[in-house]
Amino acid sequence: MSILVIAEHDNVQLKAATHNVVAAASEIGGDIHVLVAGANAAAVAQHAAKIVGVSKVLLAESPALADGLAENVAEQVLALAPGYSHILFAATASGKNVSPRVAARLDVAQISEIQAVLSADTFERAIYAGNAVATVQSTDPVKVITVRTTGFDAAPEGASAAVESVTPAAAVGLSTFIGREVAKSDRPELAGAKVVVSGGRGMGSAENFKILDPLADKLGAALGASRAAVDAGYAPNDWQVGQTGKIVAPQLYVAIGISGAIQHLAGMKDSKVIVAVNKDAEAPIFGVADYGLVADLFTAVPELVTTL
Amino acid sequence: MKVLVPVKRVVDYNVKVRVKSDQSGVDIANVKMSMNPFDEIAVEEATRLKEKGAATEVIAVSCGVAQCQETLRTAMAIGADRGILVQTDVELQPLAVAKLLKVLVEKEQPQLVILGKQAIDDDANQTGQMLAALLGWSQATFASKVELGDGVVRVTREVDGGLETLELKLPTIVTTDLRLNEPRYVTLPNIMKAKKKQLDIVTPDELGVDVVPRLKILKVAEPQARSAGVKVPDVAALVDKLKNEAKVV
Repeated sequence: MSILVIAEHDNVQLKAATHNVVAAASEIGGDIHVLVAGANAAAVAQHAAKIVGVSKVLLAESPALADGLAENVAEQVLALAPGYSHILFAATASGKNVSPRVAARLDVAQISEIQAVLSADTFERAIYAGNAVATVQSTDPVKVITVRTTGFDAAPEGASAAVESVTPAAAVGLSTFIGREVAKSDRPELAGAKVVVSGGRGMGSAENFKILDPLADKLGAALGASRAAVDAGYAPNDWQVGQTGKIVAPQLYVAIGISGAIQHLAGMKDSKVIVAVNKDAEAPIFGVADYGLVADLFTAVPELVTTL
Repeated sequence: MKVLVPVKRVVDYNVKVRVKSDQSGVDIANVKMSMNPFDEIAVEEATRLKEKGAATEVIAVSCGVAQCQETLRTAMAIGADRGILVQTDVELQPLAVAKLLKVLVEKEQPQLVILGKQAIDDDANQTGQMLAALLGWSQATFASKVELGDGVVRVTREVDGGLETLELKLPTIVTTDLRLNEPRYVTLPNIMKAKKKQLDIVTPDELGVDVVPRLKILKVAEPQARSAGVKVPDVAALVDKLKNEAKVV
């Protein structure tokens, strides 16, 4: 068996999610190749070559691949697909964008967001906002999979696989990249952060949401939010943690003013330690929290910052 | 310009599903069913395009059991002009749905297909991308803004860390994210009107599509339950627990 892992990157940095996908690939077992499809991405390929378990890195470089356009990246993967038994993507915005295109063109089902590998063709994945876990077996010759990164501990670095250039696929020419607005932040990425501080509707306003900043600074945390807080405009869309937002599993998840709808719990209940601060003692979040504090967040959060 | 909007009938988002005791699936008997919320956003977006004069006809499509007619009626009450049900009792997986939709797209010739980014039952997030691939069309997934131009559409997408904007040649596929729009409340007169709209029923056989599932579901189990921990009396106690018991700070 040989497995192709599609690297997650921005042409400058290899994203941590790639390490989790390689870990999933190692559990499937076989020869693991990583594809870096991008432009001027040699440094990314060198980085990917260090991940333990990777036997070869394929580097495809072309302006058509610079911005991760789904049509072009899918063509690149399809050009390399023959010979692989498994094709793995991270279940990130970019992985989820490209992977089904590859699966459909290969006429195979995609297995979305696996969180455990039971055998080379059988996997576990959450359904119904994590209220049930399905064990699914693929009957297709090639398995196209997206990997929920929280299900697999990141593969370590320390290896030195060969990097091989491959012919880039031609641009499909159906779509054009216009621009990107990425919020600049010194905080860790939400999806891979070791500590996450999230605010909910209880924050009351976008202005009030800022009281989480010093707490996040103190803990070296990424900031997150519940859907209610994002809907209310307190926090940006890409901070949403939950079934239809980001799935996170940090060492420490601090939920501030979050009641704990099942859709939110779906996105964070695999965190190692969960802390909840809410003035409503009956809030469902306390049903999953290791440590619950029934208190007014506007006094508890500043106090936490000074006590920590 | 025609717009095609596929809609899925799913367990209502407020229902907490229960796993069947024989682990063959989740129990959806006597459970409230609704239109997948992301698809509702898709119907709303298509309806707004029609109201602005950018679209001439909005066609809603659903694939599944006979009761999906109710989902189509809801779509027509929001604003779709007519509905097509691809009726089958077979469990439909995303690849099969994409193949069914492909045949309907070739028949109806829409310039735009708008659908939800994922269904809240199987959480697959595949159908739109698969349909785009099968048709050889471009795609813009996770849309938070859609602007139609001359032969093109400009779509702002929600990606990790922020937003990105793409311009796509028509015909194309757009999948909706949560903040593309807020679907309107369906009014009683519109529900009555929707009952009179055209609803055609076809079968996968008539469309010549093999819908046999490719993934076997071996087991559906309860997730590992997380038990509630302790309530701490104050911030000092919380910090003490985090430092000395959990050792995470």
